[in-house]
Amino acid sequence: MIDLRNIHKRYGRLAVLTDVSTTFRRGRISAVVGHNGAGKTTLIKMILGLVRPDGGEIRVDGRSVVGDCEYRRVIGYMPQAARFPENLNLHDMLDMLRDLRKDAVASDYELFEALALEKEAEKPFKNLSGGTRQKAAALAAFLFQPEILILDEPTAGLDPVASCALKDKILKEKSNGRTIVLTSHIMSDLEELADDVVLLVEGRVFYEGAVEKLVRQSKSASLERAIAHMMQGVEVWTALQKS
Amino acid sequence: MDSTAKILKYQLRDMVRSKWVIGYALFFLLATYLLFQFGGRDVRVLASLMNVVFIAVPLVSLIFGALYVYQSREFIELLLCQPIRRHRIFLGLYLGLAGALCLCFVVGVGLPFIVYGLQGEGDRGRFGTLVLSGILLTLVFSALAWYIATAQEDKAKGFGAALLLWFFFSVVYDGLVLLVVYSFGDYPIEYPMIGLSLLNPIDLSRILLLLRLDASALLGYTGAVFNKFFGSTAGTTTTLLALAAWAVVPVLMGLRRFARKDF
Repeated sequence: MIDLRNIHKRYGRLAVLTDVSTTFRRGRISAVVGHNGAGKTTLIKMILGLVRPDGGEIRVDGRSVVGDCEYRRVIGYMPQAARFPENLNLHDMLDMLRDLRKDAVASDYELFEALALEKEAEKPFKNLSGGTRQKAAALAAFLFQPEILILDEPTAGLDPVASCALKDKILKEKSNGRTIVLTSHIMSDLEELADDVVLLVEGRVFYEGAVEKLVRQSKSASLERAIAHMMQGVEVWTALQKS
Repeated sequence: MDSTAKILKYQLRDMVRSKWVIGYALFFLLATYLLFQFGGRDVRVLASLMNVVFIAVPLVSLIFGALYVYQSREFIELLLCQPIRRHRIFLGLYLGLAGALCLCFVVGVGLPFIVYGLQGEGDRGRFGTLVLSGILLTLVFSALAWYIATAQEDKAKGFGAALLLWFFFSVVYDGLVLLVVYSFGDYPIEYPMIGLSLLNPIDLSRILLLLRLDASALLGYTGAVFNKFFGSTAGTTTTLLALAAWAVVPVLMGLRRFARKDF
């Protein structure tokens, strides 16, 4: 479980996150949605300790994480843009991760098969396509069977076969009781995966709650329409705020 | 093996396969070979090589170093998501980069010397001094590159700063020193001059080597003072300590930045 309390973050004059509080629960997939630049990636990076909050508290399974690094043992992260050392190949990369994580009990190679990475595993990363690197990043995120999975636009850039394989894997891990947080702009993916939605608007939590509730409340036919509806509402709301 | 050593190991594996790094080794190999072919086999080879080394090593360490840091951003993020302390990651990556460049330099310069042979004790000492200063300069300037690239998000500004720094230490600084000498030539400025040379790692290495080449006479009266100071054990120790400080201070500064940085 991940608990964020009153998170603030500014880059210079720009307030990226303002008083963000939310909870990502076990056994559920939580989707962080919002416009480009709404603060989704910053929020995710904060959970990982890549970005430090100016104020507020982040707890992972009840433990405060700011300044700690041990808690990352239980987190798997798939970044938005994956790039690895150009002259290494996937095998080197996996060797390195296993070397660095001697504590990990078991490695999970399901995605190695499912994403057909076998034939790419010997090629240096500089010769791999963006999509294949994305697959490698997915494999790395799931490798140590982490309790918590953080996936930043996991299916963007993947071909349909790989995208489906990855989504199946995400759903499987959810049924294993993992805490999963993801961002995506692909609404059909969210429809398929998400249990909860957090809508960020200009760095504030505008809405949070279960997907069914959202669809019901907005009287929309689908999640996509519900979110689009809400985003339009936001535009009206911000316009009103500014005038 | 701790995490720093593990990161270092895989980074070296990546670096030695990089065509830039291999090109760097080939460059020194070719330069040294050509100097031996056309420059005879005496001290002059070392003197010419010194000039090549003192220009190329700082330039490549700074530019390639900064390029590497900017290019590896996503990889650094991946490492940062592992349960490893940030300073271990920084040290592993820095030592991997500097280590690979040192290795290329030593192999590139060393091979021709082994092939053409070193004549006598003096030659070995001079060659050793050149290799040592090359290694120290690599450590110094890749540390500066890491600091710049960690502190400056904007690539263009980062490269600009790296180039300016190189230009300053290779060209501008000597000009400023000349200006000082010209303006205050009537005063006994030999000792302040020693202080000034401690502030430029390239000058330090050059003095260290020139004294070994017995070329300090070229520096006139100042040379005699330098000889007296840098030639002594205390002088050599001071020089090496100053160069070490030049490597350690930017590493510590970079470490501090790296530990607090938002990625």
